[in-house]
Amino acid sequence: MEKDIREDIAWAQINKDVLGSLEAPRPLYWVILLAAIAMIGVAVGCEIYQYQVGIGAANMNNPHAWGLYISTFIFWIGMSHSGTLLSAILHLMHADWRKPIYRFAEAMTTFSLMTAGLFVMIHLGRLWQFYYSLPYPDERGLWPNFQSPLLWDAMAIFTYLSSSIIFLYVGMIPDLAICRDSMHPGWRKKLYSLLSLGWEGTDRQWRNFRVTYLMIACFLIPLAVSVHSIVAADFAMSQQPGWHVTSFPPYFVAGALYSGCSGIITLFIILRYVFKFEEYMTLSILKKIVRLTFAIAMVWTYLNAVEFASVWYSHDQPSKDVLIQKASGTYAPFWWGMIFCGSIVPLTLAFKRAQTNIPVLFAVSLLVNLGMWLERWMIVAPTFSHGIYPWTWDHDQWPSFVQWGIVFGSFGWFVLLFMVFCKVFPSVSMYEVKEMVYHRSLHLKKSGAAGRGAH
Amino acid sequence: MGQRHILALFNNFENAEAAIYELRAADIKGFNFDDLTLKSPIEHHEVEDILGQRSAKVHWFTLVGALLGGLLGFFLISGAQANFYAQMKGGKPIVPLPPNFMLAYEMFILGGVCLSVLGFLICAGLPAKRSSLYSAKVSEDQIGVLVKADESAMAKIKGVLLNHEALEIQEEAGK
Repeated sequence: MEKDIREDIAWAQINKDVLGSLEAPRPLYWVILLAAIAMIGVAVGCEIYQYQVGIGAANMNNPHAWGLYISTFIFWIGMSHSGTLLSAILHLMHADWRKPIYRFAEAMTTFSLMTAGLFVMIHLGRLWQFYYSLPYPDERGLWPNFQSPLLWDAMAIFTYLSSSIIFLYVGMIPDLAICRDSMHPGWRKKLYSLLSLGWEGTDRQWRNFRVTYLMIACFLIPLAVSVHSIVAADFAMSQQPGWHVTSFPPYFVAGALYSGCSGIITLFIILRYVFKFEEYMTLSILKKIVRLTFAIAMVWTYLNAVEFASVWYSHDQPSKDVLIQKASGTYAPFWWGMIFCGSIVPLTLAFKRAQTNIPVLFAVSLLVNLGMWLERWMIVAPTFSHGIYPWTWDHDQWPSFVQWGIVFGSFGWFVLLFMVFCKVFPSVSMYEVKEMVYHRSLHLKKSGAAGRGAH
Repeated sequence: MGQRHILALFNNFENAEAAIYELRAADIKGFNFDDLTLKSPIEHHEVEDILGQRSAKVHWFTLVGALLGGLLGFFLISGAQANFYAQMKGGKPIVPLPPNFMLAYEMFILGGVCLSVLGFLICAGLPAKRSSLYSAKVSEDQIGVLVKADESAMAKIKGVLLNHEALEIQEEAGK
């Protein structure tokens, strides 16, 4: 059986390999970076146009108040659950194979949330009035509605973003000290010296570090669940057909974990090649993530079936109409695309040969995330175009190039942040990989000694 | 008598642990075992068996942070809602409990996380100036044992450290 990691990698070599990734990535890194900047350029152009002309330029009009912006917002919030799964949940379960890959998953969490936050502002149209939503006493006498799930959402996302940044940073302190000790004088050394806070790896520091990391991990799990449940509440607490569904919160959480895991597979493959991490991001670890993704895919498929069944047998005619419209109306190709990409494509992952086939996995992970993005669009748009009131019927609005351009650019924004992070900070946790190597070699020694004793 | 620091670097945990164990067992005058610090590139909690249980109090900060965060969240929002008194509420409660608990829950977590980090910084003594007896090799692959003791005890301590194959010994006058 292939190993998650070689036990004989020297600790100094781990430092060298990871620090090397900060300085000399493969040329593809720069290609990705340039493509990301170009994509952001498209989005900025579209946003400037929308800013000057008005939200009508996005082809948004009643009843379609949310369009692709809120669909993509949910997509990015979902993507953020990857880090929590790998860092916090698997940390508590002592799954040490997560160690070489959890850092970039945490970074994914932070940057997906930053990307998601942009859409909340963009969808307002008048984004310069975003401050209206902040709760403070003012002369207008207007307060945000504390009883609205939209406000809970803002609070939950703020908490999640702050906690994720803190979790990412705290977990990185020992590695920042390694960077500080290894870099030549320059801006990097100054940055790492500042951020490592004078860490020296004393037993006192490690002891408190362990407890702190565990505490934050324990908080992050219910937080991640609450964040996506609250996003689900934005829909489920309304009376709109197709949204007022009891199973929405677990459905959203499962969808978030699913898209997060697929995102991890995509970025795993890219980072492994670009930063020459073949030694650490091994096929054995990839296989474990793939199996986890497959399991979550089946949960998501099941929850979809539950949702359809509860709508169908509820005899709530408007909800049933929306479901029928999804499957046979204007949006049918996208709805069936969602089912195909989200439930059929991942069946490939059940085959052993596909579980370590990089081109297949890359294609599957992208298709799954396409399906997950379609899922969010299919939650938002069909209900708006077939609400309870007849005036909303047959309002199938197609998003304009402005919406598509901004959505397209958001991927560039995420990739840019992520790639810059991986170039400035170690995307593989050096001290945790050393721990992994150390414990595995210790285990090997013990089992070897036991074996010799037995004979 | 003045106190001095000494840092010994070891190739592995076994040698470092053996040296610490011997220093603990030996009754060296002018050396207090609590003044011994282990520096390592990874967390090695097995060393607690030899160093003894040295407490980590971060969880108390977490508890206080979470409780304060939750209470602050609840009362901040309720306070704002109470200011609505002049406004028409249409028969709805002025301070609605279920949504407020939702927001208090988020603040509970935020408070817990923020104070955990504060607790970590306080308990771990960070941010700190780098000590003069520090070797970058500790962040790579070597284990450091830092000892503070009276000058008179240094020779014996050095002997123990060298007996256990210390690769390098750095000395400096203590503050």
